[in-house]
Amino acid sequence: MSLDTDAMAVEADAPPRRVPAGLSRRARRGWKVQLVRLALVVAWLGSWELAASRWIDPFYYSKPTAIGHRLVDWFTKGTSFGSIWTNIGYTLAEAVYGFVIGAIAGIVLGVALGRSRFLADVCAPFIKAANAIPRIVLASLFVIWFGLGMSSKIATAVVLVFFAVFFNAFQGAREVDKVVNDNARILGANRWQLMTTIVLPSATSWILASLHTAFGFALIGAIVGEFTGADKGLGLLINNAQGTFDSAGIYAGMIIVTVIALLAEWLLGLLEKRLLAWRPRQATSGAAT
Amino acid sequence: MTQRTQPPAGVASAPPQTGPVIRLSGATKTFETSAGGEFTALRNVTLDVNPGEFVTVVGPTGCGKSTTLALVSGLEPASAGGVEVAGQPVRGIPAGVGYMFQSDAALPWRTVLDNVALGLRYRGVGRAEARARARDWIARVGLAGFEKYYPHQLSGGMRKRVAMAQMLITEPSIILMDEPFGALDVQTRELMQDELLRLWAGSGAAVVFVTHDLTEAIALADRVVVMTAAPATVKADVRVDLPRPRRVEEIRLEPAFLDIYRDVWDALREEVEISRMRGANRVA
Ligand SMILES: Nc1ncnc2c1ncn2[C@@H]1O[C@H](COP(=O)(O)OP(=O)(O)OP(=O)(O)O)[C@@H](O)[C@H]1O
Ligand SMILES: [Mg+2]
Repeated sequence: MSLDTDAMAVEADAPPRRVPAGLSRRARRGWKVQLVRLALVVAWLGSWELAASRWIDPFYYSKPTAIGHRLVDWFTKGTSFGSIWTNIGYTLAEAVYGFVIGAIAGIVLGVALGRSRFLADVCAPFIKAANAIPRIVLASLFVIWFGLGMSSKIATAVVLVFFAVFFNAFQGAREVDKVVNDNARILGANRWQLMTTIVLPSATSWILASLHTAFGFALIGAIVGEFTGADKGLGLLINNAQGTFDSAGIYAGMIIVTVIALLAEWLLGLLEKRLLAWRPRQATSGAAT
Repeated sequence: MTQRTQPPAGVASAPPQTGPVIRLSGATKTFETSAGGEFTALRNVTLDVNPGEFVTVVGPTGCGKSTTLALVSGLEPASAGGVEVAGQPVRGIPAGVGYMFQSDAALPWRTVLDNVALGLRYRGVGRAEARARARDWIARVGLAGFEKYYPHQLSGGMRKRVAMAQMLITEPSIILMDEPFGALDVQTRELMQDELLRLWAGSGAAVVFVTHDLTEAIALADRVVVMTAAPATVKADVRVDLPRPRRVEEIRLEPAFLDIYRDVWDALREEVEISRMRGANRVA
């Protein structure tokens, strides 16, 4: 899929941003926000720790120190299913494969249907029906089809990602500005050139918006798949912790998954910033004539 | 009433040629309305434009001027009647047509440089050469130094210059312009009109230029075509025999200009009133 990258590679010489007065006051306010956040986290963890040592049963609710120990254990001594990195690697690989395959399929089909009324009319009922299937249930089916290995998890992730991306790509391809499209046609664009220079770039903001939620779905797909049956992965660790009433293990798994999701979110944010460099920024207004 | 007949082909400033470069003969366009009915935007429009001729089109709002350009450009097919460009019936977009749209049509995700180079890139010119020629055109429309700006970082007038360079770089032999300067302030507009005349002079291109501004219509044109209220037909076709090269701010003070202005306005006034009456009825 070749996006309109040659145009996007050129960085904008954006008009200089006005430096707001009282920067130091804003910086100080930023520090204050960070401090209050830190205080909130300390208060939350502290009260949890305190409550778990005095009033509530740490067997059910665990406590921050126990979770911390579990994480340290996993990373230093490994888990009962091998090194923690292998498990993370498995889940991550499943999520990334599922994400890439699902996103490409969603973009290709979404844009194709968005551009062709006929195709869209033909496929509409099937897409609606497929979308109505409770997709998590498919995870069980995929285990039967593809076995306990990676492919069944990837399949679950693909299905979850596909629909998230498909509808946005479809909408994005439909919302192409008619005048911009006509202009390109007059300037001599053929169908393929229209696709790469007009339709895809203009659908990009729609597609990128869906990719954020889509990676979350890919992780969910991989982990649910591992719940259903697996020999490696974070989902297996969490599921195993549940089976042995090890609440600290569940929390520890949750934390690792959350960190992965946040990292992916950050990467996608970078991609978005780069691909949408042409868009007007809120802070800058108009032209420097 | 000035219902002058069209001049025979090859008269006046037009270079020697074989026939009109645009020929509308009884062109009719009907749209399906969302209510399921039909709306006739153009009825029996007959109009010839010769090579190198500058024709301006005026008419009440909503009468079908943009639709006329859409037919010539091949963006919309005619419902009936003939549309020919360079002697060939229009099917798809004819070669050699440039179109400057009523609203912004530059690609928001491309810089000024890449927007202007676009027509060449579509025609298979290599990126380096296309960019070099685009730089040249950007300088010619007075935008040197803004190559790396995105359209949203430009003023309205600058965007019009981008649109002009984007169109002219393909060296069209037929230039269609739909109220290109309508949204500009008076000073910028006069500047742009002069620049258009300067860029057009010697290009040999035929121009069809839609506008609401009678002064602009007469100052630029070899002929002013007045259209009726919807459905549009050609009501009058007024020759403008003012010498070229012209400077817009000077020419409008000449007595000959004022005579023509009166002719055109007489033809247009009725149609504007009809159009206004309908609008009032629709509101009531
Ligand atoms: N795609 C369309 N579907 C239905 N009706 C249309 C369509 N395009 C134009 N029309 C109608 O055709 C008529 C002529 O439109 P057109 O845009 O050609 O007017 P115009 O003379 O360019 O007006 P203006 O001076 O305001 O730009 C209008 O009444 C408009 O509502
Ligand atoms: Mg119009």
